[in-house]
Amino acid sequence: MIASERKPIEEILGYLEGEAKVFVVACDGCSAGCEVSDPEHTAEMVKELEATGKSVTGTARVEMTCNAGLTALMLDQHLAAVNEADGILVLACGAGIQAVAAAVEKPVHPGTNSVYAGGFQGLWRSEPRCAECGNCMLDYTGGICPYTACSKSLLFGSCGGPKDGMCEVDESVPCGWMRIYERLSALGKADRLKSMPPLRNFKQMLPVGERRRSSLWALELVEPEETGEAEGEA
Amino acid sequence: MSFREALETQDFTITCEVAPPKGVDMKHVLEEAELLRGRVAGVNVTDLQAAAMRVSSVATCAMLKQMGLEPILQMVCRDRNRIALQSDLLSAYTLGIRNVLCLTGDHVVLGDHPEAKPVFDLDSVSLLQAAQGLIDGHDLSGNELEGKPDDLFLGAIVTPGADPVEPQIYKLHNKVAAGAKFIQTQAVYDVDQFAAFMEKVSDVKVPILAGIVLLKSAGMARYMNANVAGVFVPDDLIEEMAAAGKKDREAKEKGEKGGRVVNTSIEIAARLIRGLKPYCAGVHVMPLGWGHHVPAVLEAAEL
Repeated sequence: MIASERKPIEEILGYLEGEAKVFVVACDGCSAGCEVSDPEHTAEMVKELEATGKSVTGTARVEMTCNAGLTALMLDQHLAAVNEADGILVLACGAGIQAVAAAVEKPVHPGTNSVYAGGFQGLWRSEPRCAECGNCMLDYTGGICPYTACSKSLLFGSCGGPKDGMCEVDESVPCGWMRIYERLSALGKADRLKSMPPLRNFKQMLPVGERRRSSLWALELVEPEETGEAEGEA
Repeated sequence: MSFREALETQDFTITCEVAPPKGVDMKHVLEEAELLRGRVAGVNVTDLQAAAMRVSSVATCAMLKQMGLEPILQMVCRDRNRIALQSDLLSAYTLGIRNVLCLTGDHVVLGDHPEAKPVFDLDSVSLLQAAQGLIDGHDLSGNELEGKPDDLFLGAIVTPGADPVEPQIYKLHNKVAAGAKFIQTQAVYDVDQFAAFMEKVSDVKVPILAGIVLLKSAGMARYMNANVAGVFVPDDLIEEMAAAGKKDREAKEKGEKGGRVVNTSIEIAARLIRGLKPYCAGVHVMPLGWGHHVPAVLEAAEL
């Protein structure tokens, strides 16, 4: 289970600036269980988007969005609506968002922050793709995670190390930031790299007390904590 | 004169790097630094270069400062998180160090402790942001400082030979926006390519010092071409070094005096410096163990 939470609408609208038509992908896996992308909350998201004047060209539900092959197949069934959209909003974990980004040549925006994997990285398992950082940067980077794709988890562009587009750590691995640069260039969005994102906040990787007491942790038999009423106590 | 004043007042500014030892025998590094007295505007001290454990840049810079030299502290983000990096910046300041070159740093797997945990909590850009924050009187969390290091002088690096070079240029702009006031580059061997790079970054309004790495042999040049990102030694320079090496070997067989490799290396470096001079604010020499030849290079370059 990858635990996720929804990003605030203001942040999402920031991503969607200049994009009037939006296609929404919602995962029926973990993030649905977190009440982020289940049918009810997806409909709520669509309603919120429309209330701000966005036109939603369609919605696709994917059983496990992190299953990259299945996601590509599902999006094929919505080809016209996907093509009509200026951008894609994905309600899924970081791995799911990247599966969508890998399937379409469109700007892909995260609607969620993945906060905790509980030891399991979804179904797209060949490589680690989501670091559960709690502050999803996949909008800034065009759908490729800098924390997992870059050997140094750099947030501000490539280091001086890549040679012929390959990483200094392992020359069989493409430089994550070259991939991000090429992806953004293909989308005509390389100038985004002129802006600087906020520093990574490692504190956001800690699951908050409220979630620890939720049903998500039921299988772990976590007893309600007697202390720690306030989230900010640690 | 401080390094900052030199950049502000001189037409052409020279810096050179020295490397701290692995172990506590400081004799060699201090001797190399002493050779640079009066010849350069600043002495860079590398920070655990190539991810190899050794004496710190802060300690070595402090010793250079005591000798009356002008140290440039190199700081990489591989080994310390944001708490330690900021603390070391403050500590360096209290020891009289004013110039800081901010780098991301090589990954630990390239060094002599490949099993170490790579930190990279910050990177070159965010280290500059952190240092600029200290200059402005607060840490990364916004806490106010008692006494601010307000005359720290921050710098950064760029790789003009990177392919593609555009990501480097985006990052260069961000480094300047984050607080870099001077730039030192990765090794340059192609004057025309460097001139074209400088044209592309003509809107960068901070001084750029071109990097000069002394060639020690044709083999070293080929090795760098094959393994070092963004460094390309043209064939004619490799042939020049190879010819000198061949003559030295022949002389050795006859029992005659060699030295052509060193002379050729010095001549190539001096020629590069003269060629680069119209395009940049100065040069940064990285002798990689050949520090004792740097005075000859500068003399040959007529500096």
